This record gives sequence, structure tokens and C-alpha cells, in this order.
Amino acid sequence: MGSKPRLTGFRRPNGTMGIRNHVVILPLDDLSNAAAEAVAKVIPGTLALPHAFGRLQFGEDLELTFRTLIGTGLNPNVAAVVVIGIEPKWTERVAAGIAASGKPVAAFSIEGKGDLQVIMDASRVAASFLMDASEIQREPAEIGDLMMSIKCGESDTTSGLGSCPTTSEAVDRWVDGGGTVLFGETSELTGGEHLIANRCINDLVKQKFQTTYDNYIKVIESTGANLLGSQPTQGNIAGGLTTIEEKALGNIAKTGSVPVMGVLAPAEAPDPTKPGLYFMDSSSAAAECITLMAAAGAVIHLFPTGQGNVIGNPIEPVLKLTANPKTAASMREHIDLDVSGLLRFEYNLTQAGDKMMDVIERCVNGRLATAEAMGHREFTFTKLYISA
Amino acid sequence: MTTTPPQFLLHHDGDSVAVAVQDLEPGTLQGASVKQGTSHTAVLLDKVPLGHKFALRDHAEGDAIIKYGIQVGLASKAIKKGEYIHTHNMRSYRWEASRA
Repeated sequence: MGSKPRLTGFRRPNGTMGIRNHVVILPLDDLSNAAAEAVAKVIPGTLALPHAFGRLQFGEDLELTFRTLIGTGLNPNVAAVVVIGIEPKWTERVAAGIAASGKPVAAFSIEGKGDLQVIMDASRVAASFLMDASEIQREPAEIGDLMMSIKCGESDTTSGLGSCPTTSEAVDRWVDGGGTVLFGETSELTGGEHLIANRCINDLVKQKFQTTYDNYIKVIESTGANLLGSQPTQGNIAGGLTTIEEKALGNIAKTGSVPVMGVLAPAEAPDPTKPGLYFMDSSSAAAECITLMAAAGAVIHLFPTGQGNVIGNPIEPVLKLTANPKTAASMREHIDLDVSGLLRFEYNLTQAGDKMMDVIERCVNGRLATAEAMGHREFTFTKLYISA
Repeated sequence: MTTTPPQFLLHHDGDSVAVAVQDLEPGTLQGASVKQGTSHTAVLLDKVPLGHKFALRDHAEGDAIIKYGIQVGLASKAIKKGEYIHTHNMRSYRWEASRA
């Protein structure tokens, strides 16, 4: 490993640390997107997070939406939050969940007032939050302060050969340095799920992992569908991946060699007193998965790609790396690190890991990821079932 | 590490398939295994684009296809050593319904 990275971040009132300093305008529901986006226009520098759901959800599906909304507000990359919802009750529930962290939060509801009044009231608060946030200084940070997440996309065979093993290097170094890393993509372990099960820290975690995996696969398999083109995707197939098992082994190649400390529900935060690698039950669709990981508190994401997925996230910088020389050349505005030299034996995996750590260090300290520069802000909720 | 860039890579010695790391034409090729770092030679029968696979040994229909030292599918028809492998002659062994 190269020298210890010099990292900085923004300390939040509850002690967590982020690498960005967003003031978020968070709509509770689809109906409130217009007002939230209007506030972000009136107060440039704030960030609206429009999304498609939040109405007439119930049970576990509703709980997941609350967890995602509250978790997004709690993410240490967020300095302050203005929540806007159609009605006050759920709006205040989300605001209270975020306020528990000591972070500045305000809630506004639209019924009985209309968009224009709410936009004016919320904009006043948003401006004040933005000015306060602008005074927060970066402080020295440790690896253990900054939660990382990993997920690959539009993978091809070069992912398993180059970009995923490079990510794996970074995962091991992050965990060795006292950090926490999240991985997920439940269905995309198929054919290699035993490899993950065998890395679980104890029998309890192993059992929970197996049950979680089995339940997800049961849902997929019960459809009887031909998944070729969906999982693996058309892009995976174009890149030379033929089966889910082949794709899964490439996916698993990015998870490092450290033990799996626990199994998380979608958007569930890991135990902060037990750093290490955690598995999160999640879709393999990039926007859904990273939205859940950011809601669990991850502040920087590593995204190996083969054919060139362009994913970003509004609050969690997404760093993309590829070992496919064609993708590195044709989609360079989306690629933060080209490790195609691995396939040409120009350098070894340890050296590729050094390059990755350098890119991570710069991004942590403020250099924009390609996804941030390109305006990729995919904020996509996972829906467990139909709404009432 | 060799200094000449390999034309194909296999993950483990003993894998039944290799990955083209350049666009390849039929002929004799030089490659290597990633895990053990050993050199390999193969005779390719088809054109294979970068990232796609070919067989390192003959497979009968139903035979396991091995990559990373682990089964990643099965031959949905007989595959000759050196032949291009993809959805036309290989399928998932886990997801029965997933086939071209």
C-alpha cells in the first residue's frame, strides 16, 4: 500500500463525517416534487431530490420509503434538510427522524397553503441553511469516519478481470484501515452465494445471509421468467457475459477478502461500533442500489463498469472505474479510473489498488467525480410491492 | 509479469474457457492465467471480440463450463476446443428458464 491517505471531511453534530456539504430539499412524495424543485431554483446551491413515490404505500414497503427518506437526510454528506410533503403528518415524521441527528431540519406541508406559499416559506429557510452550511470547514478525517459502498454495473468480462479486483484491493485497504464498506446486489450472487456465506463472521450472520438470499431468489424464480437480457442485462451480454453465475463471480470479485460482519435490510445502517464489510439485501439495478446504500450512510461509492454505466447519485459521489479499454476511450467523461493496463500486464493489482486509493483520496477531499461533473443524480426508490 | 500484452486471459489454470482481451482472429494465441500467472497457448477457431469467451477444451452437451475455477454454466450444445462461446451454446445451470 502507498502512504496513508490524507483525508478531510465535514463533521456533523452527531459525530458522523461526510465528504460533501449539501443542503437538500427533500420531497416526501411525488406531489411535492414541483415545490421542492422550485425552492432549489429560488435558492441555487441547494439540491432538490425529486422521486416517484411516497403516496398510499403501506406496511414494509412504506417503512422502506421512510427509511430511505430519513436515511438520505441523515447521510453525512448532507448538512441540512428542508422536507416538503403534501400533508403534515408523514412530512413531520421524516423531519423528526432526520432531526434526531442534530442536523438543521425544517418541514413544510402544502395542503391548505398551496405551492406558492410553501415555496416562499421554504426558500427563506433554505437560504439560511445554505449560508450556515457554507461556514462548515473541512477537518482531518480517518478512513473509519467515512463509510464506503460498492456496486458494479453494465459489467462485462473485463469487470471480473480488472475493475472488480481493483475495487477489491480498495475494500480490503478500507476495512484494514478501520472503515466500513457496504455491498449488495442479492440476485447477482447466484452461483457464488456459497462464497459469501462462507465469509460470514459467524453462524448467525451466515444463516441470515442465506435466508435473505433465498427469499429474494424465490421471488425472481417464482415468476418463471426467462431472465436472459434482464439479469444478465443486454449490456452484460454484449460485453461477453453469458450467465448469471458468470456475472456473479465477477461481482463477488470486488468484495475484498475480509469477513462479512452483518446482513442489512435495504437502507438499513450498519452498527457503527462494528466496522467492516456488510451485505445489504438489494436490487442489482444501479440507481436503486446506490440510493439504498446512501440512505444507509455511505459517503463515497466505487462503481466498476465494463460496458459503461453512467450512474451517479445526488448526495453520494460515485467513482467509476473500468478495465475495458474500449469503454475507457469511448466514454471517458464517465470514467474516473482506467485500469485497462491490468489486462495488458502493464502493472499489477497492488499498483492498480494504489491508483484507486489516489482517486478516492482526491474525491474525498473535494475533487468532483465524473458523475457529479456530468450531473448524474439518480435518486430511485426500491418498491417492495404495489401501493394501496 | 510478461512484457508482451496477453491476447487472452483465464482466471484459473484448469478453467475450461478463456476471455479475449483484444479483438481476436482465428489462429494461435498467447495468453496467461491471472491467478497462477502461468503462460498458455490456444488455437482459436472463430473470431472473438474483446471480452468474449472461447473454449479451452472440448465440451459435450450438458458439460459444466468452468471459469474462476467454478461452474458458471453448462454447454447447451457440444462445443469444440477453440470455439467461440456465448448464449448460442452456453446457458445458466441455476436459472433453467434463462436461455437464448
